[in-house]
Amino acid sequence: MVISLSSGLLRSLFWFLDFIKPRQVLNLASQIPIMSLEVNRLTKNYGSQKALDEVSFVAQKGEVLGFLGPNGAGKSTTMKIATGFILPDQGDVVVNGLSVLQKPKEVSRLVGYLPEHNPLYPDMYIREFLTFIGGLYGMKRSSLKSRIEELIPLCGLEVEAHKKINQLSKGYRQRVGLAKALIHDPEVIILDEPTTGLDPNQLVEIRKLIKNISTDKTLILSTHIMQEVEAICDKVVIINKGKIVASDLLKNLKTEKGKSVLVLETEEVLELEWFSKLGEISFSSSDKSIQLKVSDAAAARKELLQILQERNLTLVSIQQKEKNLESIFHQITQS
Amino acid sequence: MRALYWKEVNGFFSNLSGYLILGVFLVSLGLIVWVFPDTSVLEYGFAELEPLFVYTPYVFTFLVPAITMKMIAEERKSGTWEILMTSPLSVSKIIFAKYTAALTLIVVALLPTLVYYYSIVQLGDPVGNIDHAGFFGSWIGLVLIGAVFASIGILGSALTSHQIVAFIWGVFISFLLYFGLTALVQIQEMSPIALFLEEMSLSYHYQSMSRGVIDAQNIAYFLSVIVLMLGLTGILIRRK
Repeated sequence: MVISLSSGLLRSLFWFLDFIKPRQVLNLASQIPIMSLEVNRLTKNYGSQKALDEVSFVAQKGEVLGFLGPNGAGKSTTMKIATGFILPDQGDVVVNGLSVLQKPKEVSRLVGYLPEHNPLYPDMYIREFLTFIGGLYGMKRSSLKSRIEELIPLCGLEVEAHKKINQLSKGYRQRVGLAKALIHDPEVIILDEPTTGLDPNQLVEIRKLIKNISTDKTLILSTHIMQEVEAICDKVVIINKGKIVASDLLKNLKTEKGKSVLVLETEEVLELEWFSKLGEISFSSSDKSIQLKVSDAAAARKELLQILQERNLTLVSIQQKEKNLESIFHQITQS
Repeated sequence: MRALYWKEVNGFFSNLSGYLILGVFLVSLGLIVWVFPDTSVLEYGFAELEPLFVYTPYVFTFLVPAITMKMIAEERKSGTWEILMTSPLSVSKIIFAKYTAALTLIVVALLPTLVYYYSIVQLGDPVGNIDHAGFFGSWIGLVLIGAVFASIGILGSALTSHQIVAFIWGVFISFLLYFGLTALVQIQEMSPIALFLEEMSLSYHYQSMSRGVIDAQNIAYFLSVIVLMLGLTGILIRRK
């Protein structure tokens, strides 16, 4: 009796398990994350100072997200929270569906991180250091070795590869830090000011490298060099005094809500009403040049030329003005 | 975890200061056991190594914190701590790797003293006339003292990001636990809790090991002090 009862119980248990199994799978399937890194309403206080205030943004796979802000705006704090080094007071960071608060160690396997001051062990040789880091991430010896030999040329370290870290210049140390961040082939790469201390040639190389690795990864980098953002970032998040003040695609930010600005200059004095059907118009630098805000730059250019011809005006130039990221930055962060 | 363990052990030997610490340790022990007339075994006339076991804990109070002082403090100061904390290693694994590395270094420092044992075995009349159990009991006792001091040193290193301060903390707590408690017992007013204090002190358990009897009670005492210190270290690190 006891046996049949317990076997019956077991059978019903199995039946129950079978019953819930497909639903679990379904749940998992619906949880497969599309985005790679999601920062959710992070808040962090240092004493009475509010370092972060409800910071949220999303970085997607395949895009480079530039994280901008003046010094002390909270860039590094956000990155330190995202890598699990410090804990937020509120909010969470979710990497590929995993919360950094609940599963910090699983998340750390997915994330490659170059900290702000690029800490390294000065007494170690480059290969020794990278082997150590690979060991921390539990990489196997053979795959680790080939990975290091792959990364050394990739990060431009061939010439210096036999040296100790304390014999390297700042730019080369930065490359070692970059190799460190990439060693376990992470899904998400977080670089805190990766190009400080590099010379102009190295800058170009490192930017190229960053652009290359970003194709199938999620990459976040903080910087305050605007040219760099223009060169490599797809998306820009600007933070000021702990708050997100702008978060958009780079091209949207530069063209002001998708509109482009054309500047027309002629030999003759112009009148605004001639161009009134084209869009928002104002005089630019003199009464011989006007500025137009239009949604379709190409069509507007055509029409402009037509008007010029009709009125028999002499063209000096038509320029499409892109907003300077630097001025956007000033504007947003100083208000 | 193995990677971090080897990093610590190799780091100690790839540095001149590591050899210096070991050198000073062995030279001072050598002087105490064989040269200084007051403590020399040769002057003593009996085939035993009591001076080694009496004075090594004194040397240990300085040697062990010197080994452990930089393990956490320096990583904090140079920022490399961030590398470890953002790696898949948990805090307890980091502490454990560093602790076992310190323990390895202490055993390495103690290994040459086995030569003393061999010397005394040869010098005895007749040859081999030595209390073997007493020696090995004491020697294992020394390793355990070193193990306790290492956990204290790690705690000291976690208390601060300055190596020197970490060293001083390590020396102070080790000193207090080994000599301080026993010394306190001699104060008249302490008599109600004298036995308790005595039993809490490291030296009490060490001495009972040197009789050549390895007692579960003593082992349990050493282990619980180690676990307590490393646990405190873990709490300290997580809070910061």
